[in-house]
Amino acid sequence: MSYIYVVPIELEDHSDLGMLEAFIFDTFHLKTRRREFEINLEGVFDPSRGQYNSSLILQQLIMKPPPDADKMLGVLDVDLFIPILTFVFGEAQLKGIGAVVSTQRLQNQFYGLPENREVTSERLLKEAVHELGHTFGLVHCSQSKCVMNSSTYAENIDQKSAELCPLCQKSIKAERNGSVKKGFPFSWWGEK
Amino acid sequence: MKPEEIGILIVDDEASVRDSLYQWFKADGYRVDTAEDAAGALKKLQENPWDIILLDIKMPGMDGIELQNRIKQIDKNIVTIIITAYASVDTAIQALKDGAFDYVTKPIDPDDLSRLIRNAIEKRRLVTENIQLRQQIEELLLPDEVVGESPAMKRVMEMVNTVAKTDSTVMILGESGTGKELIARAIHSRSSRRYFPIITINCGAYPEGLLESELFGHEKGAFTGALYRRKGKLEMADKGTLFLDEIGNISEKMQMDLLRVIETKNFTRLGGDKAVDVDFRVISATNKDLEKAIKEGSFREDLYYRLNVFSILLPPLRERRTDIPLIAKYFLSKYAQSMNKNVVGFAPQAMEMFIGYDWPGNIREVRNVVERAIVVAQGPQIQVEDISFPFPSLATPSGGASLEEVEKDQILKILNQTKGNIAQAAEILKISRLTIYNKIEKYHLKKDDLNKQYL
Repeated sequence: MSYIYVVPIELEDHSDLGMLEAFIFDTFHLKTRRREFEINLEGVFDPSRGQYNSSLILQQLIMKPPPDADKMLGVLDVDLFIPILTFVFGEAQLKGIGAVVSTQRLQNQFYGLPENREVTSERLLKEAVHELGHTFGLVHCSQSKCVMNSSTYAENIDQKSAELCPLCQKSIKAERNGSVKKGFPFSWWGEK
Repeated sequence: MKPEEIGILIVDDEASVRDSLYQWFKADGYRVDTAEDAAGALKKLQENPWDIILLDIKMPGMDGIELQNRIKQIDKNIVTIIITAYASVDTAIQALKDGAFDYVTKPIDPDDLSRLIRNAIEKRRLVTENIQLRQQIEELLLPDEVVGESPAMKRVMEMVNTVAKTDSTVMILGESGTGKELIARAIHSRSSRRYFPIITINCGAYPEGLLESELFGHEKGAFTGALYRRKGKLEMADKGTLFLDEIGNISEKMQMDLLRVIETKNFTRLGGDKAVDVDFRVISATNKDLEKAIKEGSFREDLYYRLNVFSILLPPLRERRTDIPLIAKYFLSKYAQSMNKNVVGFAPQAMEMFIGYDWPGNIREVRNVVERAIVVAQGPQIQVEDISFPFPSLATPSGGASLEEVEKDQILKILNQTKGNIAQAAEILKISRLTIYNKIEKYHLKKDDLNKQYL
């Protein structure tokens, strides 16, 4: 039996995690487990940017995965970046095991707008499924309603649905069937 | 263009930048690779084709600006984007002057990056499409129409219509200038392949090595001067028709290679190892006696039978003289229009000359003679004296073949030249004035008639 581990890393409000786990199970048909792991955030903080390096968090998250972990999703509420970009909503290993997602830029307050908890939860569901989708080998989808459609700003996320389009569902199925035979690839940045 | 068809190369000395961009583009489904310096980038450029290259401006060794210049020398259509940690107006201007598509400072806003790449791909797509369309237009421009209503030509057109519907190879036989390429185009334009290009290759026009690279294309470095990868005509003809003109002129090695491609429908570029699949129909043409060449051992029998599933013999013009007026009039209206000259027809004697001539250069020769006649013509009709044949010995006099007719025509012609001046005409014809008067009497030639007929 393998699970998708949902790992709260730096997260004040856990109230969305229950719904998130249920939704992940519905989408990927894999049971979820919630567990916390020791992750050193001090070393990944960039004081000049005031942001946390998501790639380094991801590296720590997947360092020692539990034997029954199929995927690991880290959830945070701090601002994430990768060196070349000003920010990221989340990051994942393509065809790998780990993904991280942050609620920081999913909240309306970040943009000076009044808080809307419903919108934040919905965006979190979509971004979590999106990043997990990458770990199942999915690349960005050109279907505007598919959850794998690329989003580069918050309102962009609202325009897509939380569902995988039929083509992406089919790709996951093929990937899963293939991975049973070949063994799951465990490499940093997929094929590199 | 699908994402997996687009190659993006990232050149940056910082591993974290390379990795994060690599991951970003990989998630979009592009083919991505990275290099940590200019030397590495140039090596990757030799290994694979790239559509977009992102390069850091400050790198140890060769910097981004110089690397960009090298890239543009290899393929000026590669889209380059300069990335830098410190925005400086000078370097930005330099990069853009040197042909960079855009210039960005790190860190980049994700939204800007995805828009930048979308635009870069769009530019690349437009450039590629433009090159392809230019090629297609060149191939599609029908230079001329098939003209002719003689029974012989009607039979040819029936054969064209029959064979066009099939995918068989066709060999068009006929003397030089009979319109073999026109017939090949007629077959292509009536076939189900008509929406794809017809690629013509004149096998006689290339020395052996060049014909090979023209047909099969080559990889970068396949031979001296092969600076970058080039598609061959076989690839351009994919889904369309390949027209091999003067097939009788190809070397034995080329015959063997061609036979293999026609049988397997795949080949490798020169200097390459990847098999490329192609789907094309072959039409070939020759004015040589290939069966004789087979007997002499200079043309492969197996290739001959492969190419000659269906053959169409184009009769020379002298065997279908009834078509000559039609063809002459076709070229007259075509060239009169393009030269903006008011020439609308042929004088009866001029047309008789046309019909009587043997036309060793066939339709091509008609075209040239008509074109020249329009240039020199003074009035609305082409006159006998406007016509000049490249092989005058084959011209039969316009009036007929008997000695009397020849004599009458020659006297008429000279009288016309001298505008009816009998003394001058006598001098040119080297006969006495009295003889001319006698001949005029004999043939009932009158000055008024002369003018009416000839001027």
